[in-house]
Amino acid sequence: MERLDQIIAAHAGTAGPLLPILHDVQAEFGHVSEDAIRAIAAALNLSRADVYGVVSFYHDFHEAPEPRPVLKLCRAEACQARGVEALAAALPMQDRVKVETVYCLGLCSVGPNAMVGTTLHARLDSARLNALVEQMA
Amino acid sequence: MTVVRISDDALALACGADAVAAAFAAAGCTVERVSSWGMHWLEPLAEIDGNGFGPLDPSDVPAVLSGTSPKAIGRIEDHPFIARQQRFTFERAGRTRPLSLEDYAATGGWKGLEKARLLGPDATIAEVTASGLRGRGGAGFPAGIKWTTVAKAPAAQKYIVCNADEGDSATFADRMVMEGDPFMLIEGMAIAGLSVGATRGYVYIRSEYPHAIAKMQAAIRASAHLVAPFALEVRVGAGAYVCGEETSLLNSLEGKRGEVRAKPPLPALEGLFGQPTVVNNVLTLAAVPWILANGGAAYADVGFGRSRGTMPIQIAGNVKHGGLFEVGFGITLGELVNDIGGGTASGRPVRAVQVGGPLGAYHPPSDFHLPFDYESFAAADGLIGHAGLTVFDESADMSAQARFAMSFCAAESCGKCTPCRIGSTRGVELIDRIRARGGRAADKVETLPQMHNARKAARTLPDEVTLLEDLCETMKFGSLCALGGFTPYPVLSALRHWPEDFGVEPSVQEAAE
Repeated sequence: MERLDQIIAAHAGTAGPLLPILHDVQAEFGHVSEDAIRAIAAALNLSRADVYGVVSFYHDFHEAPEPRPVLKLCRAEACQARGVEALAAALPMQDRVKVETVYCLGLCSVGPNAMVGTTLHARLDSARLNALVEQMA
Repeated sequence: MTVVRISDDALALACGADAVAAAFAAAGCTVERVSSWGMHWLEPLAEIDGNGFGPLDPSDVPAVLSGTSPKAIGRIEDHPFIARQQRFTFERAGRTRPLSLEDYAATGGWKGLEKARLLGPDATIAEVTASGLRGRGGAGFPAGIKWTTVAKAPAAQKYIVCNADEGDSATFADRMVMEGDPFMLIEGMAIAGLSVGATRGYVYIRSEYPHAIAKMQAAIRASAHLVAPFALEVRVGAGAYVCGEETSLLNSLEGKRGEVRAKPPLPALEGLFGQPTVVNNVLTLAAVPWILANGGAAYADVGFGRSRGTMPIQIAGNVKHGGLFEVGFGITLGELVNDIGGGTASGRPVRAVQVGGPLGAYHPPSDFHLPFDYESFAAADGLIGHAGLTVFDESADMSAQARFAMSFCAAESCGKCTPCRIGSTRGVELIDRIRARGGRAADKVETLPQMHNARKAARTLPDEVTLLEDLCETMKFGSLCALGGFTPYPVLSALRHWPEDFGVEPSVQEAAE
């Protein structure tokens, strides 16, 4: 909890500090726990419901940690036009790797695209995507 | 020693630019990392003495250096894709190192801000108004009028908010500005701040753009002394598409759920933390330094009808030559897709082009005569939005695309208004039934005697299609913002132009209209 207090304190002077705090908590702990929500609410003089409402609104914040490595696969229109749906339907190792859908990585002329951490992968075909997933597993 | 210039834009990195750069360095070259030219099918693209080579992988490096590479494309600036453009906002693209203050100043950087400081706020806004610049985020609202409103609003604290929540599929121009020419955006925001009397600015960047976030943060640190007393900060979104809507974005900046606010009050009067706020898209603010440096009249000289200046058009999807193409308004859709984009990447005929992202209409090749301009697309039941084009070949199933539009709206709805929150889910169910070609009998609840207004007769497929049109009508006119309000564009355009994909005859469809 000491680290949590440090994160909250680091944003003391920030206007509208809730999202920056939640980003740091998510990055540090891999999720935003109920205890974290309690502490953040107390520090910002918000109700726990307010903080929970924000955590549950945004796709980036998770209430439980994800044990598997995460691959973000873009399945928006431009990647659909380049065949991502066929790739997504035949993904291996789904029990070992979490494949999350994102809508757009902004690489729409060279799709299908995926992101692991902050590393981007473009021009994926089934062989390259499956190799990427198997390598993560 | 040979100097090799390779982009460090996220798209180039995704295509393997780092490995190519490392191979050139290992071969004894000096590698400079620059912004991207925007010719995405050629990335990773290497430039040596003005000549381009791409798309490269590390094994191509010896041939490039010995002058025998079959991937040579000649002089980059003479390449038809570049030569046909009219680059104002992207005039530095491919030419400068993104985080080099030296490169920026040497290519005309800060000239706009100097001019604005010389002119003063009123004359600066007058230049922006004279340029005819309209909001590039999609709504096309005149920037000069918005700035005037904020400038006239009395307040101790005003804000400039840059909307960099570029969530639409087929759009990447904002990302390319932030990653390729971040000081230009900072300069534009500083000019806006000076014009309206705002001392603080926020750049709200979506979390899916980690490279843009890093570049903007570094650029803000490096240029803080040049734009002071104007102070800037990057804020990171959290994966909510709806936060690209300006009032939702303001709520998110304040640390709230990204729910849309009812307007009025306008953000220009009561925006961030209740204070007068300019909310502009990246491309709008990035156009401003050029306008100030060259004069509003020079910008207004280019364009078509009421759409003045240039538009950075993003050509994407199943297209041979995808990338960023900045040109004056008025170019036709067909020129963009066929001449410049080279048709589909798969080589099959084009079936549909979605213009303006997930909330934009699907256009058939019979619309290819349309000039690219806000009013012409509106007249054809479409919109240009943020100017992204997604090309689909003949394998596209348009009822599946209509279903996706509804499911996307359901996934991303902020939940505040009913037509969008519930209508999108009912829309998915309805399109699923239409795709199953079933029709539907009245269900148990509908047949209850107390359900006076519920329909008792079975619905046929044409009835279901009419119901879908009704639903779209409700969403279009009943939603609070463009998410629910514009989702009908892709759905109805798919239904209108490709009724066969919905199992209805064109004649039935027209009778239903």
